[in-house]
Amino acid sequence: MQADERLALADDEQMAFEVPDVLVDRATHYCPGCHHGIAHRLVAEVLEEMGVVDDTICVASIGCSVFIYNYLAVDSVEAPHGRAPAVATGVKRGRTDKIVFTYQGDGDLASIGLAEVMHAANRGERITIVFVNNTVYGMTGGQMAPTTLIGQKTTTCPGGRCRDREGMPIRMAEIIAGLGGVAYSARASLDSVKNIRAAKKAVRKAFDVQQQGLGFGFVELLSGCPTNWRMDAVKANTRIREEMIPYFPLGVYKDVTEGEGVC
Amino acid sequence: MSRVVFLDERCKGCLLCTTVCPKGIIVQSSRFNRQGYKVAEVPADAMKDCTGCASCALICPDVAIRVIKSRKAKKAGKE
Repeated sequence: MQADERLALADDEQMAFEVPDVLVDRATHYCPGCHHGIAHRLVAEVLEEMGVVDDTICVASIGCSVFIYNYLAVDSVEAPHGRAPAVATGVKRGRTDKIVFTYQGDGDLASIGLAEVMHAANRGERITIVFVNNTVYGMTGGQMAPTTLIGQKTTTCPGGRCRDREGMPIRMAEIIAGLGGVAYSARASLDSVKNIRAAKKAVRKAFDVQQQGLGFGFVELLSGCPTNWRMDAVKANTRIREEMIPYFPLGVYKDVTEGEGVC
Repeated sequence: MSRVVFLDERCKGCLLCTTVCPKGIIVQSSRFNRQGYKVAEVPADAMKDCTGCASCALICPDVAIRVIKSRKAKKAGKE
């Protein structure tokens, strides 16, 4: 490959950016500018930093991220249509020594699988959920999701989401933070370098609380879907900043290790 | 001196890297890769301005960017 020569390091050079080994060296099927790639990398980096790659079981969900098992070299179970937290519950109770996480989108988690995630959180299952919120059903062609913003046009609300007809977008990080068994619930964004660094810390914390046996770890990552938003990737990032973050405020909503939380 | 390497076949031409470069030296090239995406690049004469901060690599959704810096500049942009 042509790039290999350019990657050769001189004696006084070093890599300023390490790519985690657990992230499979393979082009993803995601659209240009899709933030799933960043989210995958953050999870991979955190698993490597914690040294738990060999002891991790991933529960994949439905949506574009269904193929996470092709991109992360960890053992995986596939549990489509929102049932990932229920399957993860079984996996964790069967193998309490393993780190178990699910990776779910907003159509999967906030709509089809709302009951599963709420009860898993309320029971305080020692699992981690990485929730990628891009305000649409991505894989199926951009239908309205529970998180679709007011006025946002999708294929199933071509005139824009209407508050009276479809209700307000659902804020999952706050809802999860209100449940009893939750040890950590936070929302971060993947739109800028600063936010990505903060997001990594949030992902790490969500895994840490599981490893320490404190309870349920939940992290919501605001991400872009340029294809279904009908805009280019740069504009999609601007939209996250200008439209999504004002409605979905970033921050930690519950953290039992700090001794305080929203609830 | 630092440099960045774009893995052309991994780049999807989303250009997010161009928005985060503090020096603004990343541009879209006129080259297409095998998938038909117009890849990003740093023109050879602009590479000297690279600080090795790795912001581009951090935001790249396709892990298509490698950042290499000299050891002396280690502290400057270390993550």
